[in-house]
Amino acid sequence: MLVIKDLYAKVEGKDILKGINLTVNAGEVHAIMGPNGSGKSTLANVLAGHTNFEVTHGTVTFNGKDLFEMSADVRAKEGLFLSFQYPVEIPGVSMVNFLKTAVNEHRKYHNQKELSAGDFLKLMREKKAMVQIDSQLTNRSVNEGFSGGEKKKNEIFQMAMLEPKLAILDETDSGLDIDALRIVSNGVNMLKNKDNATILVTHYQRLLDYIVPDFVHVLYEGRIVKSAGKELAFELEEKGYDWIKKELGE
Amino acid sequence: MAEVLDKIPTIQRISEIHRDNLSKISDGIPAWINNLRRPALEALKRMGIPGFRTENYKYTDLTRLFENENFRRSFKPDVFDVNLSEVFNCDVPEFDTHLILVANGWYDETGNQHKSYPKGVIIKSMRKAMVENSELIEKYYGKLADAEADPLTALNTAFAQDGVFIYIPDNVHVTKPLQLINILRSEDDLYVTQRNLVIAGRNSQAKIMFCDHTLMPQQFINNNLTEFEIGEDAVIDIYSIQNQHNKTANLTGLYIRQQRGSQLVTNAISLHGGIIRNNLKVMLDGDHASARICGLALSDKNQHVDNFTFIEHLKPNCQSNQLYKNILDDSSTGGFTGRIHVAPHAVKTQAYQRNNNVLLTNAARMSTKPQLVIDNDDVKCSHGATVGRINDEALFYLQARGINEKEARLMLMFAFAHEVLAEVKVEKLRDVIDRLVNKRLRGEVSKCHSCALECIR
Repeated sequence: MLVIKDLYAKVEGKDILKGINLTVNAGEVHAIMGPNGSGKSTLANVLAGHTNFEVTHGTVTFNGKDLFEMSADVRAKEGLFLSFQYPVEIPGVSMVNFLKTAVNEHRKYHNQKELSAGDFLKLMREKKAMVQIDSQLTNRSVNEGFSGGEKKKNEIFQMAMLEPKLAILDETDSGLDIDALRIVSNGVNMLKNKDNATILVTHYQRLLDYIVPDFVHVLYEGRIVKSAGKELAFELEEKGYDWIKKELGE
Repeated sequence: MAEVLDKIPTIQRISEIHRDNLSKISDGIPAWINNLRRPALEALKRMGIPGFRTENYKYTDLTRLFENENFRRSFKPDVFDVNLSEVFNCDVPEFDTHLILVANGWYDETGNQHKSYPKGVIIKSMRKAMVENSELIEKYYGKLADAEADPLTALNTAFAQDGVFIYIPDNVHVTKPLQLINILRSEDDLYVTQRNLVIAGRNSQAKIMFCDHTLMPQQFINNNLTEFEIGEDAVIDIYSIQNQHNKTANLTGLYIRQQRGSQLVTNAISLHGGIIRNNLKVMLDGDHASARICGLALSDKNQHVDNFTFIEHLKPNCQSNQLYKNILDDSSTGGFTGRIHVAPHAVKTQAYQRNNNVLLTNAARMSTKPQLVIDNDDVKCSHGATVGRINDEALFYLQARGINEKEARLMLMFAFAHEVLAEVKVEKLRDVIDRLVNKRLRGEVSKCHSCALECIR
């Protein structure tokens, strides 16, 4: 589904990614872990198409198509979803209008008929129940005045609405209390199937108690320095990242 | 090659036009009003045509506009080959208003025939009212707009012949909005003077819309002045929709006095116009009066929109709250000056002001300036101004959900504008304005749904 080959990227002139290689197949859950500043969020943003990040080398194909040939909105419509680490508040844009536009943009892209207002509201009700988002939140402006937990739940709700093929969850666990974490994880697990894939970008092992990864990768100084099964996460939790650094001879 | 231009100074030319046409201008108007003309012209000579050096017109230089015009003046009502009430057909579904037509500054007697208004409400031509309602006119005409203090007021006072007179008696609630349509229509370039007076009695209620339109591609200068008296406990909404073409200079003055306990909302939506200058003065002249004052301007190409507000807190316990927003595209320019004066005895005053602006290009420019003069220390006042760009992170967020950049930008601009539109309390009207603004932002012709008016852009 996603094939990253020798990816280099920089932000504000500083090299952050220095040769990433990663393949994600349908049905898989990958966790990308690593210390602060290792390039985890950069990788997520580069894949989603943020223009602040400059790709200097390498290729990424998404379902066989060159990802870098697509603008951010086309990537989304092709099925790539980024759950933001810090979802933006957008005063004046209502949740309903925002989601309706997004859903219908997806449908138009796939030559499907736009949803009627009634069908849309029905879909929204279903998905709200599924991810247990407070029904009041959708009456407000996008993320405006939402608590940290509400913002993250809102990301998962949007994911449920858009049903992506590949979801990249950037530090979705940060700032969540245990209840919110459970709700968010349940949502992700419920949306998981054999045709889609998930990349969890996370600092801590905590999230992986709820969403069990098939693969764990350690990102360090812009490269994936270690890949293994889920047991790697426990090892990291126990020993910290210094152990990896030592292994690398630092 | 040297070209010698025999240019007569602007003020001299205006004086000559005034002198040469004085009998036409004065015709049918009471002597005491005609006697205001000469002093007004002298005041104009003293102050000069407003330019960058005129303190209150720093952001809007009108000297070139007046230097280069030699437009026709309509000293008599123009005769049209069509019935304007048929040409103008604002039949927005379920948006039912009392239409009042004004053509080139003249109350349109033909188009306004057979209109019925709530009991006691008087709506008629200003020049008729000057004769027929002399008691009211003598009490209120020229009392709020001071020709000695402002050059555009001086110019208006010197040339004023007609406009609309509206009188709403005490305790009368006018439920249907009054919709005053100003139409500019001429085969040649035209200079228009319009003078209105609105008197809203004690405990009256009304919503008044001013819609400014152009029907022809010619150049226009429109000097439009309205004096507005609001009685005790009256509730008045004033909406202004400026939708003219880019060869029009729309120079407006709105002078309002509020009595005790009255509530005012003003909202000026500037969609199109070459040069728009809105002077707004609100005098809070009775305890517990409140004013919510808003404006939204969308400009592109070389348009210029300048809002100048002056809120005068003269009595205790009054509240004023201003919100102005501009979205500027291309090389358009804008100005906002918000003056607040709190008089020494106007204790417990609350006066707020906010001006937020979005520049869409590097060439667009916005100048903004609060001016607060507070003469007592028992007040709550605040002001804030921002000039910024579309938020890139919000833009990316929308794009990351599959919304293309153009649509995402529109959503953000509309969201920015909507805060002002949300202040329009009449739901149907808000829908109409919402739609107009949406179309305007999309670069489509922003005319109302089924209106026959072809506003030429």
